[in-house]
Formats: sequence, C-alpha cells, structure tokens
Amino acid sequence: MSADPLWSWNLVGDVRQMWSYPFMVNAFRAGAIVAVVSAAVGWFVVLRRQTFAAHTVSAVAFPGAAGAVLLGVGAVSGYFTLCVTAALVIAALRGTGDREESALTGTVQAFLLACGYLFTALYKGLLEGPQTILFGTFLGITTTQVTVLLGVGIAVLAVLALIGRPLLFASVDPRVAAARGVPVRALSVVFLVLLGAATAEASQITGTLLVFALMVIPAATAQTLTARPAASLLLAVALALAATWAGLIAAYCSPYPLGFFVTSFAFTGYVLALGVRVLRTAVPGRPVGEVAS
Amino acid sequence: MIEAMEPAVRAVGPRAVRVPASRQAAEPVLELCDAAVRVGGRTLWSGVNLAVGAGEFTAVLGPNGVGKSTLVKALLGAMPLAAGEVRVLGDRPGRAGHRIGYLPQRRSFDASMRIRGIDVVRMGLDGDRWGVPLPIPGPRRRAARERVDEVVELVGASAYAHRPVGECSGGEQQRLLIAQALVRRPQLLLLDEPLDSLDLSHQGGIAALIGRICHQEGVAVVMVAHDVNPILHHLDRVVYLARGGSASGAPQEVITSETLTGLYGTPVEVLRASDGRLVVVGRPESAGDGHGDGGGHVG
Amino acid sequence: MTALSQPFFQHALLAGTLIAAACGMVGYFLVLRAQVFTADALSHVAFTGAMAALAIGYDLRLGLFAATIAIALLFGALGRRARPDDVVIGSVFSWVLGLGAFFVTLYTTSRSTADGTAGVSVLFGSVFGMSAGHAATAALLAGGVCVLMLIAARPLLFATVDEAVAAARGVPVRLLGYGFLAVAGASAAEATQAVGSLLLLGLLAAPAGAAIRLTDRPYRALALSVGLAVTEVWTGLFTSYAVPKMPPSFAIMATATAVYAATFLIRRPVPRTS
Repeated sequence: MSADPLWSWNLVGDVRQMWSYPFMVNAFRAGAIVAVVSAAVGWFVVLRRQTFAAHTVSAVAFPGAAGAVLLGVGAVSGYFTLCVTAALVIAALRGTGDREESALTGTVQAFLLACGYLFTALYKGLLEGPQTILFGTFLGITTTQVTVLLGVGIAVLAVLALIGRPLLFASVDPRVAAARGVPVRALSVVFLVLLGAATAEASQITGTLLVFALMVIPAATAQTLTARPAASLLLAVALALAATWAGLIAAYCSPYPLGFFVTSFAFTGYVLALGVRVLRTAVPGRPVGEVAS
Repeated sequence: MIEAMEPAVRAVGPRAVRVPASRQAAEPVLELCDAAVRVGGRTLWSGVNLAVGAGEFTAVLGPNGVGKSTLVKALLGAMPLAAGEVRVLGDRPGRAGHRIGYLPQRRSFDASMRIRGIDVVRMGLDGDRWGVPLPIPGPRRRAARERVDEVVELVGASAYAHRPVGECSGGEQQRLLIAQALVRRPQLLLLDEPLDSLDLSHQGGIAALIGRICHQEGVAVVMVAHDVNPILHHLDRVVYLARGGSASGAPQEVITSETLTGLYGTPVEVLRASDGRLVVVGRPESAGDGHGDGGGHVG
Repeated sequence: MTALSQPFFQHALLAGTLIAAACGMVGYFLVLRAQVFTADALSHVAFTGAMAALAIGYDLRLGLFAATIAIALLFGALGRRARPDDVVIGSVFSWVLGLGAFFVTLYTTSRSTADGTAGVSVLFGSVFGMSAGHAATAALLAGGVCVLMLIAARPLLFATVDEAVAAARGVPVRLLGYGFLAVAGASAAEATQAVGSLLLLGLLAAPAGAAIRLTDRPYRALALSVGLAVTEVWTGLFTSYAVPKMPPSFAIMATATAVYAATFLIRRPVPRTS
C-alpha cells in the first residue's frame, strides 16, 4: 500500500518527496474534491436525517463498480449509473411511511450488494477481489479521473448552491415550506440525485463502505458544535478536508488503508465535539446550540 | 392575601386554596395531601390537596408548563413527591399499576403502524405478560376475546377496530386507546389531554364517553385538560394548578373570578356565556410559566 | 435428493434454518420499532469484529459476537430510552467499519498463514463451508435467540407499540430495549456466518417487511416472517446447489427480494368489519 514509508521529520523535504510522486499529487487533489463535495452534501443528509438512505446509496456503488468491470466498461460509469439509479429508486419509494420505508431501503441495499457479490464471483479475473472496491485505494488515480471528479463535483456544488436555501427550509420545516410554495418533493428527489453523484465520486477514493464516514461524521461534528447553518456547513467542509488530507499522509507513511485513517481522524473530531458539547452544557451560562437535542 | 373569598373557600398554604367538594366519597380512590413536586430544583406546584372517590370525574387545569402531566406521573409513581403524601388505591403510587388505566399525552400512530386496533386494545389486557399467546382454544382465550370485544363496543369503536390502527383518524385512535386503558376494568383512569388535537364534535363525543364510563361504571377519572368547556357538565371536581399553589373543589366553586385571582395573583375574570360556556379573561398563563400564547384563555 | 445426502449441504441446511428463524423473529421487531438502520450498523460491526478476532488470532465467531453485542449495547446507551439517533449510529459504525479495514490489512500482512479469502467470506458468507461443529453451534445459538424472542415477544410488542402505557403497566421498557438490541446483535453475528455481514440486512428486513404487508395481526405477522425467512433460505440453498455458479448468499437474497417485491403486487386484504 505504502509508496515509500520514510518519514524523516524534515517536513518540507518529506512533503516534497511525497509530492514527487504524481499519484500522490492526484490523490491529494481527488481527496480535496471528494471531501468538499461529500461534506456539503452530507451536511444536508445529517440535517434531513437521511443517513440510512445515504448509506444505501453508497453501498450500491459496489455492485455498480463490480458490474461495470464484469461488462468491461469503465468502473467510473458503473459508479455513477448505479448510485444515481439507487437514489432515484429511494426517492420513488419515499413517503410510504417510516417502517415500510426502512424495510424497503434495507432490502434494496442487501439485494444490490448481493448482486455485486455475484458479479465478482462471475468475474474471476478481479484479482484483488471486492476489497479494493469496498475499502478504496488512493494509488493509481489518473489525471483524467481527477478531471472527471472536478467536473462532477463542480456541477453538484453548483446545483446545491442553487437549491440550498429552499432545501434548508424544506428540510427544517417541510409543511410550512410547502405552504410557501417550495416544491418539497421535487427538492427531495433532486437532493437524492446529488447524493448519488457525490457518493459515486467519493466511492472511487474511500471505497464504497467508507464514503458514508466522509459524509456523515464531519457534518455531525459541525452540527454538534454550532447551530448556525452557514458556519456549520463551512466547518463540515473544513473538517472533511482535514480528515482526508491527514488520512492521506498517514496512509502514505504506513501500511494501513486510507479508509481507516480518514474514519478514525473524523471520528476523533466527532468525539471531541461531543465532549465540548457536554462541557458546555455542564458549565451554565454558555449558550448551547439547539441541534440534535 | 386572599381577601374576597367565598365562605366555602379557605386558605391552606400561603397561596393554596382548598374548596371542599360537595360530594365526598367514603373511601377515596386517590388522595393527595399537601403534595409538591420539584423538577430540576424548581418547584412546579405545591400544596395540592385532592381526594377523588369512585365514580368521580376530576379535571386538572392550569396554564402550559405548570406541571399538569407531572401530576399524572406522580400518581403513576414515575415522579417522586418533594413534599406531602400521595395514596393511590390505598397504596403508594406505582404499586397498583394493573388497577389504573393510563392514557399518555398526544399519542398517535403513523400510517406505517400496521397493527390492528383490536391488537392495541388487547395489549392493555395482557401485553405485559411474558411469552406469546398460544392459539389454543379455551375458556381463557374466549374470555379475553369477549372482554376486548365488549370494551371496543363500549367506546363505540367496533366499526374500525379491525383496521390497522395507523389508518384510523385521530378521534378513532383516541377511542381505541381509551378502550385499551379500560380493558382491565381499572378503578382509576388517568387521562392526559385526551381531547387535544381533536375537532369540536369529536371532543364532545369523547368527553361524553368518559363521563358515561365514569358515572355508570364507577371508575374514578382524573383528566388533564386544556379547556374545561367540553367536559364541564360531566365534572365533579377541578384542580387548578399554579406556580407554587393550587385550588381544588367543585367546578362552580373554583372556577370563579375570586378564586382564580387569588391563586394566580393577577386579576382574572370568569364570565359565563349565554350557552353555559365559561370564559376566563385575564390570562392565568401570565402568572404561570410565561408560556402564555396570548389572548383570552378559555377554561 | 442428492443435495440432502451431502454433509456440507446438511450442515448448511441445519444452521441456515435456525438462523433464518431467528432473523425472521428479530427482523419483525426491528421493522416494527423502525430500527432497521441499527441492524444495518450492526451488520457492518460484525465484519470488524470478525476481522479483529482473526487478526489477533482468536476464533472468528468470538469476535463476531463480542463486537455486535457490545456495539448494540453501546447504541442503547447512546440513545434516549435505548433508541439511538440515526446520525450517532452512522458516525459510530462508519468508524467501526474503518477499523475493519485496518484489521483486514493487519490480518493479511501480519499472518503468513492468512487465508486471503477470509475477508470476503465474512462479508458475503460461506454457508456451504461450515463444518459440523460450526453448524451445530450456530444452530444452538440461533435456537437460543428464538427462545428468548418468544419469551419476550408480548411485552416487547407492548413496549414497541405503546411505550408510555407499557412502562406505566410495569413492563421493563428500558431493559427490553437493551435486551432486544443485544439479541439483534447476536442474530447479526449468527447471520454473518450464513449470508455474510453485508447481506444479512436483507434476511432481517425482507421477510419481516413482507409479513407486515401481508397481515395486520402481530403474532401472525411474526410467524409469517419466520416462515418466509426459512423458506427463502431453503430455496436459496437448493438453487445455489443446482446452479453452482451462483453463490448461496446471492440466491438467498434474490429469493427474499423477489418475495418482498411480490407482496407489492398483492392487494392488501379488505378490512373486515365486525
């Protein structure tokens, strides 16, 4: 996994050496794009309490990639096709009620993962097995891939910026928003499509199983720390970026996978934020955010 | 302190007012003696005196946030008293759970709850027993089924008791939940805002149902209410809770300008409309917790 | 008939049947309590537990049960009334999954005898690879889960549908909440051995979802959920035996999904009025 795990504590030299590998430069670029896009979309996921849907959409990237490899088309198209399709399916199934919806979402997820397993079982040539798709790799990211990531990322962020305000309104208070003429249902569908696209992006770097970490943990951390929407959105993006880059450096210097470091750094931040929150509640007189009380 | 007061009213605590009820049962089902409750270091109410006999209908009234639901919790034994004494069915609260029917505040089942109404009622009968009910025909099974049918009939829910409870309207769900509370033939019924979120015609229907159960079946009823009017002519007794005090007694004695003014320490006027409805002017809310929603308060 | 004479198939059938029954029962309550996402999280935790045990050198099953039950109880402690928030679950389990990735690497790099496919078989199950001893243990534990669920079914149903009244009636609502999460963790660990940690969610959600669509009577739905789960596992096992290219866990999932999808074609029974 590691390229050349020599960390001499000569920071400038080390960074220069790390960036002398083109794949590491690409990894940092791709990581930055993915972190920003996932954190922004994930912030709304956490606000809308759609974690289960988000997890299902991200899990679906696995059969997408496996199926695309089996068919001989590029994995990238597989990621995008299946994630967006799954998002649309979930959007179509929404509104059937809590229990039914969760049973449906769970079944869709398990079935599609089973399909992914079937594809890898049929395609014996997949040397490393499904684990690369599931847990991600930062090796061998090409410049073309970065360009695709950048393009899709900009598109996702642009749409999100466009619908951001009504989406926030519809997420916080759907009935009032609907009464004001906000197209709540249409927004929810558009948002799920954005979620699919963002997931497909992130899957290529962190692996399908860990995309969810990049989406949910930074946003949950930020919303724990502040109740102001703009501040917590920016904080979520910053946290995701920090976790990803720190994870990349750690993964570069050690034999352990990127996903482990990214999730661990992000989760440490989350636990610290919860600690801060507990302290703030314990010390009277300081106002505490109203999120997730 | 409390100057203009009717002869029937006498002060007990600093701001407590007690009106002896006209109809006092020999053996009260429920007794509160100088009771007080503290939540988070703050006294919600204190000096509450109340005795409810079998077949008596009592309403607990007061502004939002004054601790009406807390009173019900104290009667269930889920909330310890800070002072005073409480006896429920001749025992400490929490001991006689199976002889109490309880209807918590604002419950509704969403449409995805695919369980029949009759199953929800049945849970009131034996839902706390371990194991699964075995499908073996026998006298006990038949008796259970008959009791459930009987109580569903009593609340007038037969038409929809076999539909999934999530598909029933708010009023229908409320009737089924009352049936659930009644199915074990309780001696005391604790209802927490059962008329909330119902429209006027349903409010009247449910209030009449509770009044009928109370007076015909001899069940003591304690009901937390927002508005006294739908239940007014079924009531035997009311308890007004205020920040730190309370007043209890027969409705016509307690719901008066003098008593409420004395209790809330702010001018309150009770007007009787031509249709018999009571209108309380002067916002007792403002004396309560500051949660007043503005405007005149009814009840 | 040839399938039934094969020892590996007999083991799979024995373990699969009881695991399916346990999952059907637990799944019904998971769906009714709207805790399917918790099960999703536990299924991923199962992977980490198994890989951690392998990396340290213990029996895989020890790690499975320890991890799922411990995290299930942690979820209980994190939520009010033993019902945690989805975002908290999501944050915890994605980190646990990250740990899983770490243990996979640790396992494959540190142990020379490491079996390269161990990770895959934890993720996707290897029901046909069970030894007689493993199958017997799995069947026994699954049977225990079934017995526990049957004992707790009625009060758990009460606490699920009507928590406040159940608590007032003296039903130990909190204890049941924790106990149920622990049992759900145990059945996730069980099901990992049959269909794998990534797919067990289907075995928990699909039969229960179908049963809830087919009947409004709680105990009938519970029985139906068990029946469907067992039938689906049997169908999956036989299909996979007949078509060797198809992994058994895929066959089971495909059957379960097909049955669930079919319930959407059936019109709901017209409510009976009496």
